[in-house]
Amino acid sequence: MSRQISLAFEKAKKANRPALLTYTVAGDNTKKRSLEILNSISKSIDICELGFPHNTPIGDGGEIQTSSYRAIKNGITMNDIFQIVKKFKKGKHSKPIILMGYYNMILQYGENKFLNKCKKTGVNGLIVVDLPWPENKVFAKKCKKKSISFVQLLSPTTSKIRLKKIVKDSHEMIYYISMLSTTGGRLKVSPKKILKNYFNIKKINPKKNCVIGFGITEETISKLKSADGLVVGSAICKEITRSLNNRQNPVTNVSRLVAKLKKKIL
Amino acid sequence: MKIKKNILLIDQHDKNGFWGGKFGGSFIPETLKKPIEDLEILFAKLRNNKNFLLERDKYFKNWVGSPTRFIKLNNLTKHLGGAQIWSKVVSDANGGAHKIYNATVHCLIAKRAGKKYIVGDTGAGYAGKMLSMAAKKFGLKCKIFMGAKDIKRQKPNCDAMRKNGAEIVPVYTGSQTLVDAVSECMRYWVSNCDKTHMCVGSTVGPNIFVKICGWSTSQISRELFMQIKKEFGKIPNKLKLINCVGGGSSSFGFWNEFMHYEKKKVEFIGVEAGGPKKSKRHAAPLTYGSKIGVLHGAMQYVNQNKTGQIEETESISAGLDYPGVSPLHCFLKDVKRARYTAASDEEALMAYQLITKYENLNPSLEPSHAFAEAIKIAPKLNKDTIIVVNSCGDAKKDRDILKKKLGKKYESSN
Repeated sequence: MSRQISLAFEKAKKANRPALLTYTVAGDNTKKRSLEILNSISKSIDICELGFPHNTPIGDGGEIQTSSYRAIKNGITMNDIFQIVKKFKKGKHSKPIILMGYYNMILQYGENKFLNKCKKTGVNGLIVVDLPWPENKVFAKKCKKKSISFVQLLSPTTSKIRLKKIVKDSHEMIYYISMLSTTGGRLKVSPKKILKNYFNIKKINPKKNCVIGFGITEETISKLKSADGLVVGSAICKEITRSLNNRQNPVTNVSRLVAKLKKKIL
Repeated sequence: MKIKKNILLIDQHDKNGFWGGKFGGSFIPETLKKPIEDLEILFAKLRNNKNFLLERDKYFKNWVGSPTRFIKLNNLTKHLGGAQIWSKVVSDANGGAHKIYNATVHCLIAKRAGKKYIVGDTGAGYAGKMLSMAAKKFGLKCKIFMGAKDIKRQKPNCDAMRKNGAEIVPVYTGSQTLVDAVSECMRYWVSNCDKTHMCVGSTVGPNIFVKICGWSTSQISRELFMQIKKEFGKIPNKLKLINCVGGGSSSFGFWNEFMHYEKKKVEFIGVEAGGPKKSKRHAAPLTYGSKIGVLHGAMQYVNQNKTGQIEETESISAGLDYPGVSPLHCFLKDVKRARYTAASDEEALMAYQLITKYENLNPSLEPSHAFAEAIKIAPKLNKDTIIVVNSCGDAKKDRDILKKKLGKKYESSN
């Protein structure tokens, strides 16, 4: 493992704050624009999640779907996405990057070819929404061999025994889904309850970096700041949509939003 | 890869849920792992529970109306002058299509699971209509996800759903057809799986839904098996069972009981939707050699582009308008137990006209695809060959399309 993801968490911990992770869709709304967004927000954040869009997603809410369709409509391909990663990683504000998406896109690209390309371009981690544990065991091992962290997902429905087994098999980072929802749902569970579940997971292995995602916005982020890391996705996609609808520059608007999010967790 | 004897095809998957080691599985978000596992355990228990089976059979008999007719199409046989053409009139079933079997079983399961809400997807509207009927019958609140394009073209079924007290949720994403309805329904379930039961409308989706649906529709071949034996005294030496294939629930149910016969004796022919003659688009992944990919939680042959985006389909029949196909059929194709072919929109319409001209039968556009194949091959075969076509849906729902495509005279017959 290159440990870049772990280092990002260590840095945040030293500053006594959670790591800030953002999710944007590669190619939203163009290839160039999405790279500009990454470059402009990278100084405020610790880790970037970059989505590779798929047109039949079964775990995404409306905001991310809208971003994905925009990117697909503009013809984004997996190779374009690797180019975005490469350029971003070579830039001066480079941050650890986690690609996130659905398994069919990897399958059609070819698992090994995909992982080689990830390694070559500097991808640090992978989240595959529809490849749960234990089905992901073989693929996660392949990732590890290439020094890429496979990020396991946990949810409020994950049983205790399962939690233990998944945490044991996890790499540098685990992702706790805050509630029963697709991405971008309104936070329907109290932050207190989310944190209670979260700390139960932390107890299993306190050394593992665990982030919370789903339903995190400007309003909710500060209440969850005792976590190792927090992921904001739909709120950013929504801001891109709003900016485009109002003919404003999404790059400046998104970086303003991300700066505000950062302030709330300091 | 081989079909095993003495074990149902729905149970011939490995521990990860794959048939033939590669079709099916459960590619699902973590949140659904638990509800799906619960459902697997419950279903495994219920299918061996005498009371549950008695209850199912009671509703199939008294409410669905079992058995549906098995009839000879004398006039059509005479007209085509070859093989004998018979039909299993599954559209006799309450509600007018085979979807009632799966809907009934899912509602019975939902009741046992203590769920008060049930959600489902629909293309032609039959799965939705039946689920709304069954939900009403069993006192469950029901939500149906349906593509906006399908809502427009299958109005009669939408009216029926609303009448049964179901809420129709229009889906505006993507091609606004069945594929998007299934995605949206699964997304809804991700958010509401604690209180809601999900019914997938065909033998598609994560492994357990393929199994429940196949187990339910198998009622069709259980009846047919007895009816054929009674009619011919035995299983004829040359039997061909022709069925349309969209997701594949009616065809699987139509064939299941005959699975272990040699294909020389009992041949399975699946007819997919070829789409308009002039269009490159189709809904026939098995016929036109689509690549294997993941759609709606299962590995299957699926229409997709090089990068893995699912492609839009085109077919006159909303019920067959799906880019993927059941893992069970992928398996049956690869082991060569079934043969798959496609009929175009035009061929299905021609078949519909011929059937309604010669017979007192009103098959919807979906089984009209199957009849198109029967009409094509029957004249080349001798009278010892018995062709049975599953007339799995009634054309009432296709009223508007038929009127538009064929003119006013087809309106009155519906």
